Amino acid sequence: MLELKHISFNVNDDGGEKVEILDDVSFTVPDGKFLVITGPNGGGKSTLARLIMGIEQPTAGQILYNGEDITGLSITERAKKGIGYAFQHPPRFKGLTVRRLLSLAHGSELPEDECCSYLTRVGLCSMDYLNREVDASLSGGEVKRIEIATLMARNLGLAIYDEPEAGIDLWSFSMLVQSFRMLTQENNESVVIISHQERIMKLADEILVIADGKIRSQGPRDEILPGLLGEFDRKCDLRGEKEETTHA
Amino acid sequence: MLDITDRNLLKTISDLSYIPPQSAYNIRKNGAGIERRNTEKVEIVTKTDKPGIDIKIKPGTVGETVYIPVIITDTGVNDKVYNDFYIGDDADVTIVAGCGIHNSGCHESRHDGIHRFFIGKNAHVKYVEKHYGEGEGTGARVLNPTTEVFVGDNSVCEMETVQIRGVDSTVRETNAALDAGAKFIVTERLMTHGQQTAQSNMKVELNGAGATAQIISRSVAKDSSQQVFYPNAVGNAPCHAHVQCDSIIMDNAKIRSIPAIEANDTDAQIIHEAAIGRINNDQLLKLMTFGLSPEEAEEVIIEGFLK
Repeated sequence: MLELKHISFNVNDDGGEKVEILDDVSFTVPDGKFLVITGPNGGGKSTLARLIMGIEQPTAGQILYNGEDITGLSITERAKKGIGYAFQHPPRFKGLTVRRLLSLAHGSELPEDECCSYLTRVGLCSMDYLNREVDASLSGGEVKRIEIATLMARNLGLAIYDEPEAGIDLWSFSMLVQSFRMLTQENNESVVIISHQERIMKLADEILVIADGKIRSQGPRDEILPGLLGEFDRKCDLRGEKEETTHA
Repeated sequence: MLDITDRNLLKTISDLSYIPPQSAYNIRKNGAGIERRNTEKVEIVTKTDKPGIDIKIKPGTVGETVYIPVIITDTGVNDKVYNDFYIGDDADVTIVAGCGIHNSGCHESRHDGIHRFFIGKNAHVKYVEKHYGEGEGTGARVLNPTTEVFVGDNSVCEMETVQIRGVDSTVRETNAALDAGAKFIVTERLMTHGQQTAQSNMKVELNGAGATAQIISRSVAKDSSQQVFYPNAVGNAPCHAHVQCDSIIMDNAKIRSIPAIEANDTDAQIIHEAAIGRINNDQLLKLMTFGLSPEEAEEVIIEGFLK
């Protein structure tokens, strides 16, 4: 179980003025639950994901994972405890093949058939990709899918995906949605997805809406989703009308 | 007779725990040839006018690999050797070279290998060379290879050179001349650390119509080491050449990359790219989210970059 208690995060702007990115955010993700974090761009969603992974340190508050205070733990230590994070804009690696990256994620050399099954689940024809380098020769959408596959290759207790739908075509998107559902149902993995996609929100057990660094609303999907549709529609493309757009 | 140090050096530089029974080879140790085997199509002959060997590969030889490793295990050895490769028309062969120095003494150990390749027509040669230094002594480990390549009509020459680690000083000279339709692909990988210095001068002349060249340099400079690259592609005919230098800089290292391109024909198309930069922070973060420590993540990135 993941618990965030009174998390705040401030930075200083160019003029040295304090800017509040997150202000007193608290919520809980029980084991095997599927939480979607949504809200307008610039509201602090990605910062929240980076704080859970340990990439950023909160200015105030506590993060507990399975009852243990992990606020002071490094990224590596949190990863070893079973937390994983799929970047919104994944980096590319000269010289590292897709297979090597999946094996690094898994923690040991992955057999070819297992690599292939992860790639298939993200809509990539596996034999074409296994030995390709994760470098500039891949498109933004391809890198994004490989990023999602690396999380699937791990044995996680908590998986965080930052806008996984960006750059994914409709067909693969449906497969992805099924994969996310499977992760929680079969593996009892807790899944946190930052998304504007209505179809992803429809899978959620709970929805949390962040705006201007604060929790606007949170609760079970059936309570939150109806009120959301329309509210952020124009800004956030909640109905997924721009989903084919690839992310550079 | 090869001892454990010799065998470890050989394994590091040529990935060889043993030499395949059907292959031609010549092992040179501390300035003298110690073991050799010829095959029906590959003849290795000791030079009579200066130290070194002639490697003669008959026309039409296909699928053979020739091993010519050099090891230096005594301190204070200054070994200069001239190796000439004559590769016949239509041959398709791999040549595995390399030099490993184990210096446990206080004197400089040095190997200057001067290699010349005379490649006939329609041939394909893959040349793999690894340089490596080790040993607890204070004596410097110095490797100064000079490579000259003449690539005949419609032949392909692929060169992969790697300096793994432990070489205190190196000055590499590589010159290639390409005839019509010839293709030259050279990939140089280099890592320096400590106070090491490395310089690589390379000149590729594309003299025949339709010649192509690809010069790829990947390097990592750590600690206070210094690297300088001078790749130069010269188009003297309708041709294509691409020079790509990519370096990762770390700690207090210094890197200079000065690619030059020269066209003496209106149909010569030559491109160069050069980039120097530190390891991308997001790459480190990504690998750390897999559970790797920052040090392990750095190692994986460098290993991939130099692969």
